Amino acid sequence: MSAHTKPLLEIKDLHTRFHTLDGAVKAVDGIDFEVYPGETLGLVGESGCGKSVTALSILQLLPCPPAEIQGRIFFEGKNLLDLGKEEVRKIRGNDISMIFQEPMTSLNPVLRIGEQISEAAKIHKDMTRREAWRWAVEMLRMVQIPGPGSRSRQYPHKFSGGMRQRAMIAMALSCNPRLILADEPTTALDVTIQAQIMTLLQGLKDDFKTAIVLITHDLGVIAEMASRVVVMYAGKVVEEAPIKELFKDPRHPYTQGLLGSIPVIGRKERTGRRLQEIPGIVPGPLETPLGCRFHPRCHKVINRCCDQEPPMIQLAEHRRVSCWLEA
Amino acid sequence: MTEIKENNVCQTGEWVTENRFRRSWAKLKRNKAALVGGVLILVYVLSAFFAPVLFPGNPSAPNLINSLETPTFKDPLGTDELGRSILGRIIYGSRISLLIAVGVVSVGIILGIPLGLVSGYYGGKIDFGIQRVTDTMLAFPGFLLALALVAVLGVGLKNTVISIGISMVPMYIRLVRGCVLSVREEDYVEAARAVGTRDVIILFRHILPNVMVPITVQTSLSMGMAILFAAGLGFLGIGVQPPTPEWGTMLGSARSYLFHAPHVATFPGIAIFLAVLSFNLLGDGLRDALDPRFKI
Amino acid sequence: MHNYLIKRLLSTIPVLIGISLLLFFMLRMLPGDPAQVLAGQMATPQEIENIRHQLGLDRPVYEQYAIYMSRLVRLDLGRSARTQNPVIDEIWARLPNTLLLAVVAITLACLFGIPAGILSAVRPYSWIDYLVTISALFGMSMPVFWLGLMLVVLFAVILQWLPAGGTGSWQHVILPSVTLASFVVAFIARMTRSTMLETLSQDFTTTARSKGLTETVVILKHALKNALIPIITVVGLQFGFLLGGAVLTETVFAWPGLGRLLYDSISARDYPMIQGTILIFGLLYIFVNLVVDLIYAFVDPRIRYD
Repeated sequence: MSAHTKPLLEIKDLHTRFHTLDGAVKAVDGIDFEVYPGETLGLVGESGCGKSVTALSILQLLPCPPAEIQGRIFFEGKNLLDLGKEEVRKIRGNDISMIFQEPMTSLNPVLRIGEQISEAAKIHKDMTRREAWRWAVEMLRMVQIPGPGSRSRQYPHKFSGGMRQRAMIAMALSCNPRLILADEPTTALDVTIQAQIMTLLQGLKDDFKTAIVLITHDLGVIAEMASRVVVMYAGKVVEEAPIKELFKDPRHPYTQGLLGSIPVIGRKERTGRRLQEIPGIVPGPLETPLGCRFHPRCHKVINRCCDQEPPMIQLAEHRRVSCWLEA
Repeated sequence: MTEIKENNVCQTGEWVTENRFRRSWAKLKRNKAALVGGVLILVYVLSAFFAPVLFPGNPSAPNLINSLETPTFKDPLGTDELGRSILGRIIYGSRISLLIAVGVVSVGIILGIPLGLVSGYYGGKIDFGIQRVTDTMLAFPGFLLALALVAVLGVGLKNTVISIGISMVPMYIRLVRGCVLSVREEDYVEAARAVGTRDVIILFRHILPNVMVPITVQTSLSMGMAILFAAGLGFLGIGVQPPTPEWGTMLGSARSYLFHAPHVATFPGIAIFLAVLSFNLLGDGLRDALDPRFKI
Repeated sequence: MHNYLIKRLLSTIPVLIGISLLLFFMLRMLPGDPAQVLAGQMATPQEIENIRHQLGLDRPVYEQYAIYMSRLVRLDLGRSARTQNPVIDEIWARLPNTLLLAVVAITLACLFGIPAGILSAVRPYSWIDYLVTISALFGMSMPVFWLGLMLVVLFAVILQWLPAGGTGSWQHVILPSVTLASFVVAFIARMTRSTMLETLSQDFTTTARSKGLTETVVILKHALKNALIPIITVVGLQFGFLLGGAVLTETVFAWPGLGRLLYDSISARDYPMIQGTILIFGLLYIFVNLVVDLIYAFVDPRIRYD
């Protein structure tokens, strides 16, 4: 997309805090990024870096005592955090919808699949019950579930994991949203099913012309589907790049570590390097290091990193890095 | 090169447990309701201990001249049909009720925990047998079971404790068994078995500590229930017998005078109510503090 | 579902056998001669011998049990030692009264308890939540018979609005059933609250909200339907409390039901009646739990369509 296209979603200075008995936990500590119409943006990071919380913050699905969301989230120009509850409700499932990680538990076990898929269409698109049900069957057909008519009358426990995720995708697409937040859509599935779901998602995205924020820790999945990537660590954005550049020339040591830790058969023979690891583990929510959050695990750390947080450095359009080495 | 900070949460098993107790205790202290409950129980316990000091003399000695008097300065809660001070009898009654509560729960635990452990851990025919017996006992509502046992064993304090205690056993068995069944499948138990640890050690070291959590919560609630049941039996005249000042028995005797001396029936009932309430408050607080997952 | 139903029905059989054994041995555990116990304190030696022969108490134990079971199956529970009437007749006369109280009580309890629990779960830590939680705690801690006495004092003596006991009109039903319901409504409200809280924190609730459904729909359609399953089970269990509480409540309000019969029999040492009443109570409880499990099978689609 060119610099002249307006972003569909603009997140500016988002902070999401959870107030717990042990203090305030900052799950998302000042991030920003943009999503353009029709693109697939990858949001990458390990467990605990705040990517799921970001998605939930966009749709305001976090219970707001313990949680507190600050910042600005612009969707088609309007700040979602300024809207009243009714207006947010109208956007959910309609303009922005979400796919969740665990298909086993994300579907209601006592309602039929067809009912769950048709619900959103009924209220957002003002369809009658019959119309909405027919539309649900159509959606099931589009996500390639065989025998969609009879399947729609079944309950979730009759569906396999892959089928449930397809049903979730059908649910998310039912009102033709302009943006889908896909939170680890394939993590809970078997590898072979993963590939099927990713292909399906890619195809549907092209058909429906939806933008997707693809949240995952799996770089393979990102490589397949995303056009741009945002890398998160410990609640902050550390790098952003178009997909090819990220894989060819990662600038942040964390991204380098992530890429280096992908097992590649034959790498040792070709390059003489063994599988790299990033030592240590992700800091817990109450143990945020001073200075650059990644410095305790960084193999290129310098003195400055230990007590000053690095600024975000713009390297090119849609290319930035938060690291003292680039300053 | 900066040092890599070691993650210090999972160093040794003991450290984690110690941490958990401290956290639970802190959580419990914060829970105001549980605090109220705990304080009330303390009041009862203290009055049970210091009964002779608080109320010298024999609380069951009849004094017919003062029969059925409404509350005065001398007898703050009035007197009953035999002229005895209701306050004094209530204070002495706390001894009886606490004794019953502890006795009942002891019976339940002494019988329930071993049976539950064995039933859950070994499974098979032992489990089947124990479960069928438990089912049969649970076919009767708790109070009726205690009633039936009293019909067989007879009345009096000892039989009351035994009957109610036995009627609580099935519930303890179920609780312990359920806990054992879920812990048994945990990886660390399988690991212990894999290195050849003897069953007895596994039961005591790994399974029992986990079982203690729901047991502790249930015990507090059961004590309240025991007091209620005992009072019920006393009220019907088949529990603790007069002149022993059990609160329920006092209510039973007060029934005939309900219309012209309602205070005789009011105060023992309040005593029961507050005692049971405090055990329930404490039990709830324990449940929240120890682990919200262990829901009963 | 058929598997579930059949398994459930079959599992009642060992329990029924267990109960019959329990009651069989209960009689023989009493001190003294079972025949005399059954005949009652007023019986002559001749009558005692008759009973002994009639019930086969002079035969070996297993034969006794066989006779006992054969009579049990025909619902021949013997004769009351007090009135010499067949036990089953006396029970039959009083059973409807107890059932009436129980049904009214449980209906009241559900009508008030379930909505209270839902409101409480939806607005945790609000004043409604505190009110419901504290009321429930109070209700659970109050001795049923004491509450009954207090209500009698308040409504029959002081206010004189309602009768103090006995039967006759619908006014007579109010106080006993409200008393009986008090414990149960507390329990149901608490269970509903905790089940709803749990359901509302589950993933599919977030999914429902992410679709833009109104909060009312999320609570009533998505969450409540799930929560009803354990709630129904608890209601069935609470029926047991009602039966136990019936003994106490019927005594307080002079209600001519099964509970009062049991109490009178225990006071009079009328063992055939005690045995019979306890058996019927047990059967009732088993039956109610069976029905609850059946309802449960219908409501939970995971069992229904298996």
